[in-house]
Amino acid sequence: MQLAAKRKLINQVALTLSLFAMAFGLFWLIWILFTTLQLGVSGLSYTLFTQMTPPPGATSGGLANAIVGSLIMVGLATVIGTPIGIMAGVFLAEYGAGSWLAHATRFINDILLSAPSIVIGLFVYAFYVSQAGNFSGGAGVVALALIVVPVVVRTTENMLLLVPNSLREAAFALGAQHFQVITLVTLKASRAGIMTGVLLAVARIAGETAPLLFTALSNQFWSVDLGKPMANLPVTIFKFAMSPFEDWQRLAWAGVFLITVGVLVLNILARVFFKSETPK
Amino acid sequence: MSIATDFSAIAKGDRTRPQSSAETVEIAFRNFQFYYGKFHALKNINLEIYKRRVTAFIGPSGCGKSTLLRTLNRMYDLYPEQRAEGELLLDGRNMIDAKVDLNDLRANVGMVFQKPTPFPMSIYDNIAFGVRLHERLSRGRMDERVEWALKKAALWDEVKDKLGQSGMSLSGGQQQRLCIARGIAVRPKVLLLDEPTSALDPISTLRIEELVHDLKKDFTIVMVTHNMQQAARVSDYTAYMYLGELIEFGVTETLFVNPKRRETEDYITGRFG
Repeated sequence: MQLAAKRKLINQVALTLSLFAMAFGLFWLIWILFTTLQLGVSGLSYTLFTQMTPPPGATSGGLANAIVGSLIMVGLATVIGTPIGIMAGVFLAEYGAGSWLAHATRFINDILLSAPSIVIGLFVYAFYVSQAGNFSGGAGVVALALIVVPVVVRTTENMLLLVPNSLREAAFALGAQHFQVITLVTLKASRAGIMTGVLLAVARIAGETAPLLFTALSNQFWSVDLGKPMANLPVTIFKFAMSPFEDWQRLAWAGVFLITVGVLVLNILARVFFKSETPK
Repeated sequence: MSIATDFSAIAKGDRTRPQSSAETVEIAFRNFQFYYGKFHALKNINLEIYKRRVTAFIGPSGCGKSTLLRTLNRMYDLYPEQRAEGELLLDGRNMIDAKVDLNDLRANVGMVFQKPTPFPMSIYDNIAFGVRLHERLSRGRMDERVEWALKKAALWDEVKDKLGQSGMSLSGGQQQRLCIARGIAVRPKVLLLDEPTSALDPISTLRIEELVHDLKKDFTIVMVTHNMQQAARVSDYTAYMYLGELIEFGVTETLFVNPKRRETEDYITGRFG
């Protein structure tokens, strides 16, 4: 009886502690979201999407060039990084297994995964920007793609390893080749998980500032030329939020709001889209 | 002297069950060995599996019955540390020869696993999956094939109105019948069942057993089972294995009622295992 009472007490303590930890985490998260919403919504207007980033003291201005620049760079980086990441993940989970190449790849990928993004920015600066002689949207795409790849590699591998081996064997038993087993069965079985990984990667690069600072820099004007510096939301937010000008600060909050909502919408869409397919 | 012919003498007088002397051999193991790395898992197996009969492999866990089953479609090829020696004859060809086309072999030898393994696609595509790997059929022919396979697997009436639904939405027993349908849709000669009912409830188990009984009109069936009653109910021939060796093989009824070997008797009477 005494033992039971003691266990009950420990249970209570553990429950209280974890509830407290949860409340603590949620408190800050909600505060951040609330501030973003409050300050961001006040900066919203249709000119945000039609006008360029203004010089200080201008009467009007928007984020059109930064929004489009971000969309282009994030989009291209995802399009480039996702297939590379998925294929490397497939290699690790389906082909490599115990080989030294797989071990080495996994190790390097883990380093890349945890590398501070500023390191990646500097890397692309050294090998791309300084060679090309100027900052460019293309360099920004490369830097962001380098951040996408390790995230996608890791999730793809993990999701493929979750696919029960019997499913693979069942496909092999019907006479399928290895690549058919992968493309028609295992990738299909894990696509919801892999898509979640891709979305996580998109969410991450959507807000990355450091790598863009060294690569795409920013641009006050409209430019969709990948060979030239390209405006983007994170660097604009960084620049505007630190400025003493009130209209710039308002635009910075509006930019933060746009990124947050964008990532949120992407997540919700993915959930709705894949909900029907997840097995019970 | 081979075990099978040796056995036919004992089986004499048995009118209800087929007799090995009248059987056609579909598959034959001759001095067959199997290794997991250095571990000698199957020792000198000599066994004949008869056409359009149900052969059951029984024995305690780890005796090699699943290993033996999985050599029949060379599932072990997926695992580099596993290898086989000796002869596994199907159509007079040694199937463990490296030159054998695995696709051909697996088109001839289908397999159903312990846990249902529906693919993450519609019921229709689950069935068509294997067919598409081996044949090019028009849409109409494919529809016919899918219907044929589902009818053979006694699943058609339950799914005919929802062929577009995910195969994963079916119940466990239906999923297993879907897997059987998927296996026979390729029109193999042999169907391997690896403890096909061990993850199912008694009603679903009964349906699968009835199905096996029907399917042997068209296919040679080899099944592994943990359940001796099941072996007794559905199989024509039974092989009792222990520690990687084939201890006894013969007509199921005789093996259960009048086993020749002491080890077999101990196992089936529950004194061991």
